This record gives sequence, C-alpha cells and structure tokens, in this order.
Amino acid sequence: MRAPGDGRQGIMAGDVLLAVEGVSLAFGGVKAITDVSFDIRKGEIRAIIGPNGAGKTSMLNVINGFYHPQQGRITFKGEARKRMRPYVAASQGIARTFQNVALFKGMSTLDNIMAGRTLKMNKGFFWQCLRYGPAMREEIEHRKFVEEIIDFLEIQAIRKTPVGKLPYGLQKRVELGRALAMEPELLLLDEPMAGMNLEEKADMSRFILEVSAQYGTTIALIEHDMGVVMDLSDRVVVLEYGRKIADGTPAEVSADQSVIDAYLGVPH
Amino acid sequence: MFYREAGQYKTSYASDMAVFPIRQDLIGVLLILAVAYAAIPAFASDFFISSVMIPFLVFSLAAIGLNVLTGYTGLISLGTGAFMGVGAYACYKLTTIFPGVNIIVWIVVSGFFSAAVGVVFGIPSLRIKGFYLAVATLAAQFFLQWCFVRIPWLYNYNASGAIEVAQRTLFDIPITGPRATPETRYFILLTLVVVLTWFASNLVHGRIGRAWMAVRDMDIAAELMGIKLLDTKLLAFAVSSFYAGVAGAAMMFLWYGGGEASDAFNINQSFNILFMIIIGGLGSLLGAFFGAAFISTLPTILKFGLPAIGIPLAGATAEHLTHILVGGLIIFFLIVEPHGLARLWQIGKQKLRMWPFPY
Repeated sequence: MRAPGDGRQGIMAGDVLLAVEGVSLAFGGVKAITDVSFDIRKGEIRAIIGPNGAGKTSMLNVINGFYHPQQGRITFKGEARKRMRPYVAASQGIARTFQNVALFKGMSTLDNIMAGRTLKMNKGFFWQCLRYGPAMREEIEHRKFVEEIIDFLEIQAIRKTPVGKLPYGLQKRVELGRALAMEPELLLLDEPMAGMNLEEKADMSRFILEVSAQYGTTIALIEHDMGVVMDLSDRVVVLEYGRKIADGTPAEVSADQSVIDAYLGVPH
Repeated sequence: MFYREAGQYKTSYASDMAVFPIRQDLIGVLLILAVAYAAIPAFASDFFISSVMIPFLVFSLAAIGLNVLTGYTGLISLGTGAFMGVGAYACYKLTTIFPGVNIIVWIVVSGFFSAAVGVVFGIPSLRIKGFYLAVATLAAQFFLQWCFVRIPWLYNYNASGAIEVAQRTLFDIPITGPRATPETRYFILLTLVVVLTWFASNLVHGRIGRAWMAVRDMDIAAELMGIKLLDTKLLAFAVSSFYAGVAGAAMMFLWYGGGEASDAFNINQSFNILFMIIIGGLGSLLGAFFGAAFISTLPTILKFGLPAIGIPLAGATAEHLTHILVGGLIIFFLIVEPHGLARLWQIGKQKLRMWPFPY
C-alpha cells in the first residue's frame, strides 16, 4: 500500500468536480444539514466524517439527488444542479454504495454487477427478445468489462452465487463492484468498512486506493474508523449536528480543537 | 451419475451465458419438445389433448405472464383474469371486423391490446406497492369485467352475450370452430407457447430481466444506478398483460370454442393463476409450467384418473377434493418452500449432480 496522497499531488490541485454551496436540508422541523459548503476535486479521496447523526448520509443523499435541499446550490462538473430524480445523477456519472448493503438479493454476483452496466446498454426490446445478434454482442462486451471488475475485486469464486447467501464482507465488496461497473466519475461510499474485521478492512482499503490510482475515480467516503480515514483520504470534511466544523488535510483536521471536542465531548 | 457437467468446458462468454449451460439440460428440453410435438399427438387420445394438454398450455402462458410481473418485478396483480379477457374480446372483435386475416395473427395481435390496457392500469404502481397495488389491480379486474358484460359492442350485440367462435382456417384446415380437431388446435397452441416462452426466457436473462429483478429486490438502489422505475414497471405490466392477453384469446378460440366470458375471466381466474405461480415458483419460468400443470390438471386427474384405476369418486367429491388439496398445498408451500416446485426441482438437480455424495 502506498502512502496517502503521494503521486497525486498534481491531481490534488485539480479542478473542482463537485461543489456544495450553502446547502440546508430539513425534514419538517428537524434540520439535518445547515448551510454546509465544501468541494470535491477531481481525482481526490474526500472523507466526510462526524459523530452519529451529523448528517453525513443525508449529505450523500443530497449529492446523488435522492433528497432535495431547501437552500443552497450543488454544482457538478461545472453545471448547477436542478431538482431531479436519482437516475439523472447516475447518468451524469455518480455511483454509490450504501451503509446497509443494498444489493439485489435474489440475483447472482455476476448479475448484480451486470445490472450496474444497465446505463451503458442500449439494445432495444426487439433484440432483447431474441437475445441474439446485437443484443448478445452487447451482453458479451459488457460481460468482459464485468469480469475485469470481478478479477480486480478478487471475487471470481462467487461469480454465480446468489448474493443473499454471501457473508457480509463479500457483500460489501460486490456492492463496490456494482458501483464500479457504472464507470463513475464520482464514487460515493457510505461506510464501506462498517462491520468488517481487520483483514477485510485492509482489503477494502487496498481496493479503494487502487480504484483511485487505476481508474482515476474521484471518491467521497463516509467512515467511522479514524485510522482508515486518516490513511486513505486526501482531505477531510467534518460535520457535527448538520454543520461543517472543519475542513482540510487529515493532519489539519485531527489537530483541530473543535473536531477533538466533537469526538471526545467537552464539559459544559 | 448421468447429470453432471464434468468435462464440459466453457471457452467463451456466449456459451457460459447460455440459458442451458449444461448439455444434459439442453438434451432434456429437446426431449420434452419431441414428446410434445410427436409423441403426444401420435399416441394420446383426443380427450387427453383437449382436456389436459390444451388447458395446461393456456394456463402456462398466463402464468408466465403473471410471473414476469409478480415473480420477476415484484408487483402483485389480481387483474390477470381481466387482462386475459381483454385479449379474448380484442381477438373476437378483430376477427369479426377483418375475417380475411388469419386468426393466429389476431390471437397474437390481441396481446398488444391487452398490453396497452395493462400499462394504463400499471401507472399507479410507481406510487403504491404491495397489498395496495393488489387492490388497485383489483379495480382493473372489476372495471374490465363490467365492460365485458355491459358493452354489447364487445360481443357484437349477441343475444347470449357470449363470444361466438366462427370457423377460421389455415391452408384450408379448420383451426377454430366446431370442426377443428383437438390435434390442430394443440399444435398451434404449442407453437405459440414455445415461441413466447423462448422470448420470455431471453428477456429475463438479459438487460431487461436484470432491471426487473433489481426493481423487485431493492428499488432505491436500482434507481440510483440509473434504472428508471416507472419505465421498468410499465414494461413489466405490458409484457405481462401481453402474455395474459394471448392466453385469453387462445383460451376462447383454441380451447373453449366460445362461451360466456364473464365466467372465464372473473376474479377466480386471477386467483387461480396467482396460485399457479406461488405453487410453481415465483421468479421462474419453469415454475409457471409446474404450477399450471399442477393446478390445471389436478381436477382432471382426480375426476377421471382415480376412477380409471378403480377408485370410485363422484364428480362433486372430486371438485371438493381439488379445493382441499390446492388450499392445503398453498399453505404448505408458503411455509416450507416459498420458491415453489421450481426450487424443489433445482434442489433435486443439485442432489443429482452430487450423487452419491452429500456435497
């Protein structure tokens, strides 16, 4: 595993891929996010951390269009975002994994990852009925890509296993594979290491770094394991009670007094 | 011992993605087709063909349709009977208005009418799920059934209010009406079922089938991956209703030979087909055939099969026995094997592969 951030210094000064400006989100009287601004630059690994209920997952849901913020602006690839359905975000190149694994339980690993290719497949109903000619060629072409992902994530042996039968760690890995199959420009990972043991965390960390290095994918991740966050990420944004309390490199953030207070608590 | 994939190596993705990747499966399907096309017409009696095989095939088609919707896409529908009715009446009107066009064409085309009606009644599925959707489709059932009785134009202002099946021919051989032999009707129906099953199998193994199952298993994740929920669900409704419509048209024209449709396409029929896919196996095309075979042939077997082997059984008793058996089996399957006969078949095959070792 390489040192965090090395070799990506050039990219780190890269363009802003996604900018969140003054976003507020409330459910009735409950304010989930209040006036949060930050940006994600091309090619970086950006961590979003904070105590429970800080609004991290809500932030991801706002970014991929599942929630509509009452105030603020989101700019993705230089284009201001209008109110939209999540599949528009998907077609713009935002992929996502979930805190509680959201795989298609009745389908095999292969089918789950193939489902991630849906947006790239366009052969019509007629050819699908025949499953021949163009439709079959398209299917094989995407199968090749999916096999590359399967090799990359080292899950060859469970290719045809229904994902409902897989252990949790592998399910998380398949879910990452399904998101990668979309060839996203921005990959959102919601607690990719939750509930994993040390070996599984090491594997997952390796995959995240390799995705960043090999495919140049921009990654935003939520994680509670501070060791992992500090090692993996280039920049960290810290939320508490829906507000941003710190933003910067791991070293800056971990030295920040308000972050230490948020995590350890302060006597009132 | 005979059912083993040892020595069959896949050298291309195409062969790995085949619907029957194991050679023995392919041989089995070809055998079944040979029996269906050659052995049954050659050796079976007219009675067997017209009261066992033809109902079985009609119900298989309807069960495949409902399985696409309920088993693959996870949308419960109680309107299958009505969608079958749309197909039957569409076919009746089409062949009355254009008697020159072959009836087989109209049986297939009437599926499209049913598909259109299915899409209209499928629109609420974006907002409502589960039991509530079942109730919404129940509205389709009652509304359409009302149309079948109250709109005389649909049954050509007959005094009886029934569909009258006229004689239609193909190469001068009668295929509908009283003079059509059971064999002819059987051949046409069998061909329809084989072709449409092949289409359904292709659909569920490809991009569209994956989208359906994704919506069934986790609709939020599916949407975040770029699968449009409304389009996917409506397509499932369209395909499902198409199959139901063709089944309904085939039921009237190739099986019943006419009759009062409000009986044939009522809510009982919808439930009947739902039971078929529950017993057969949700989300499995094979399950649709198993379920149809089981539910459509059980009454016949009890009524005629038991007396034939020397156990006397009155007609009414047989009917009651059917109800008891079907009811009991549904409860049994819901508890023991929610994936139905198709899953039992799969387990059996797996055991056979390993035999004589436990794993």
